[in-house]
Amino acid sequence: MSRLIRDGQFIEDCWRWLDADEAPAPAPGEHLILPSAVWQAHRPGLDAARTGVWLAPDDGLAPLLPWLATLPLIAIRFPVFTDGRGYSLARLLRGRHGYAGELRAVGDVLRDQLYFLQRSGFDSFALRVDQPAEEALAAFRDYRWTPLSRG
Amino acid sequence: MYRYNPTDQQLVDDRVAQFRDQMGRFLGGRLSEDEFRPLRLQNGLYVQRHAPMLRVAIPYGTLAAPQLRKLADIARRYDRGYGHFTTRCNIQFNWVRLEEVPDILAELATVQMHAIQTSGNCIRNITTDPFAGVAADELFDPRPYCEIVRQWSTLAPEFMFLPRKFKIAISGGAEDRAAVRFHDIGARARHAADGRIGFEIHVGGGLGRTPMVGRLLKDFLPREELLNYFEAILRVYNRHGRRDNKYKARIKILVKDLSLEGFAQEVEDEWAWTRGGPATLSEETFRRMEAFFARHDAVPAPGDDLADDPARDRAHDRAFSRWQARNVSAHRDASRAVVTLSLKKAGVPPGDATAEQMDGIANLAERYSAGEIRVSHEQNLVLPHVARRDLPALWRGARALGLATPNIGLLTDLVCCPGGDFCSLANARSIPVAAAIQQRFDDLDYLFDLGPLELNLSGCVNACGHHHIGHIGILGVDKNKEEWYQVTVGGREGEGAALGRVIGPAFAAGQIPDVIQRLLEVYLAARAEGEPFIEVVERIGLAPFKARVYGAAA
Repeated sequence: MSRLIRDGQFIEDCWRWLDADEAPAPAPGEHLILPSAVWQAHRPGLDAARTGVWLAPDDGLAPLLPWLATLPLIAIRFPVFTDGRGYSLARLLRGRHGYAGELRAVGDVLRDQLYFLQRSGFDSFALRVDQPAEEALAAFRDYRWTPLSRG
Repeated sequence: MYRYNPTDQQLVDDRVAQFRDQMGRFLGGRLSEDEFRPLRLQNGLYVQRHAPMLRVAIPYGTLAAPQLRKLADIARRYDRGYGHFTTRCNIQFNWVRLEEVPDILAELATVQMHAIQTSGNCIRNITTDPFAGVAADELFDPRPYCEIVRQWSTLAPEFMFLPRKFKIAISGGAEDRAAVRFHDIGARARHAADGRIGFEIHVGGGLGRTPMVGRLLKDFLPREELLNYFEAILRVYNRHGRRDNKYKARIKILVKDLSLEGFAQEVEDEWAWTRGGPATLSEETFRRMEAFFARHDAVPAPGDDLADDPARDRAHDRAFSRWQARNVSAHRDASRAVVTLSLKKAGVPPGDATAEQMDGIANLAERYSAGEIRVSHEQNLVLPHVARRDLPALWRGARALGLATPNIGLLTDLVCCPGGDFCSLANARSIPVAAAIQQRFDDLDYLFDLGPLELNLSGCVNACGHHHIGHIGILGVDKNKEEWYQVTVGGREGEGAALGRVIGPAFAAGQIPDVIQRLLEVYLAARAEGEPFIEVVERIGLAPFKARVYGAAA
């Protein structure tokens, strides 16, 4: 079953995740998410519309900035849910740099953080496999409250 | 005082429901200990030595009488009939039951209170001057800004998982009574040369394991940029603060590693973007917030002065005038006064108040102080709006509650953490040592003669008792599973903020009153007329104190 939530529902994930030591060799029509360094090295030879980037919490944003308008997906990895750096990366991408493509939280993504991830700018969420599906969908409604002065 | 709007109320109500669900999943085995821990900490819930401890937020230390009554009610129904006011102006309940915590939070929500972000690696309760809004030396009232920052920082989604805890203090007085230079961010009220309102910003102060005095980051920050600038600081910290070692994770270490100039540059770069952005504060926002904190013109109680009291005699008059000398402070309106209720009566753990006392204080506040109470970081309670003519009546009321010990700012007004009797972090007990000191130095004539003296006691290096900034500081340490106490001298907060220095090897608990006695003897011998302890220390240095303490022991 899919572990990916987007727009309030579980959807099929059409992206294949590549770790740092894998060669970026897509099958025809395949969508790949590459580590930032691999993406930087191979970007010119890849189909921009089918190539996304994933960032570790300590990755910089500078290499991505010239390409934000055409990047279809950026994933930010949470090695543990208590590592909050990804929230600031998301906020910078959305706010400061105006990134409008898909922004995905991956890794240690748990039900109890979904509300805050969404508020920080993420719009897709690859849940950790043990998270109960219905509870996760409910988590986006943890707060009916909407902040007054933050946006 | 600030009053919740429907949005604020919705937030705390939602929070109760969310935490009830999380607690249910934890108790049902569907949420692991590791995954529950940060969630419960962000709701102020610790698992302690004997029982869970719940820390309830008292935003910038301000309470309305019905809120204090609710705390009394919680103490009675869910705890053992008392609570502990902390050095960060919150209150802790030391004997709650885990499964009842959601119910306690629901009770709190009925009086516009919560326990959100009273622990965990997030932005903690904002603190300020307990005399805010009434101090004669105030440039402007810091509370509207405290409330603005409270709203911004509450559930700030980007900053829920910082490298470590983050404490902000904002003070408005010419004198700093909020220890701003011992906070992760400290803001002091400033007027620019052209009259604009703003703040001087300090960063990277703190006590704990690696005590540091905050560094000046910005001379003048215009008030409309407060949130933009704080956001820039927090973002730099969230991205670059160390996460590999919790003892090096506070912002002070980042400032040290990057150098103040390097850190300031990062913040400026970030601020260049946030500046003028959507979180910029408008004049309308300031006006709306200031209206909540407009001056209270409390209706004075019917005339009730000392002459009316049938029990009045010379001893009675003397006790009143002593109380007036120590526990009554100037209000900016000469017909009023600020009264500090002492939670430092000998034999009672510093900062503790019983449910009966809390109810009694709420009554006094309603009768004499426009229904408002403040918590000071010295762990006392303050009634900020008292008509001078009501002082005798208030004094009698406070005395009946055991809250009129005339020791504010004196040796026995000591600051003390719960220590090893309660806290699972502590290396040593602190309450019995505090009790021994209060017992030894119980002669009021002697205490008055000593004059202003701050003594702070912590049961471990986490420094909840703020021992580094005590004129005399005592730190409990563990040596081979025995409790020992290290003594520092020369710490101070406010102007000339400094960290105390260790005078030598640690002592056993039983030696501490004698050690203090010797320190005081050196002071009394060396002081000039009217010269306080801390100034003598700064004038003559540590050597005479060391010689008296260790020379005599050798």
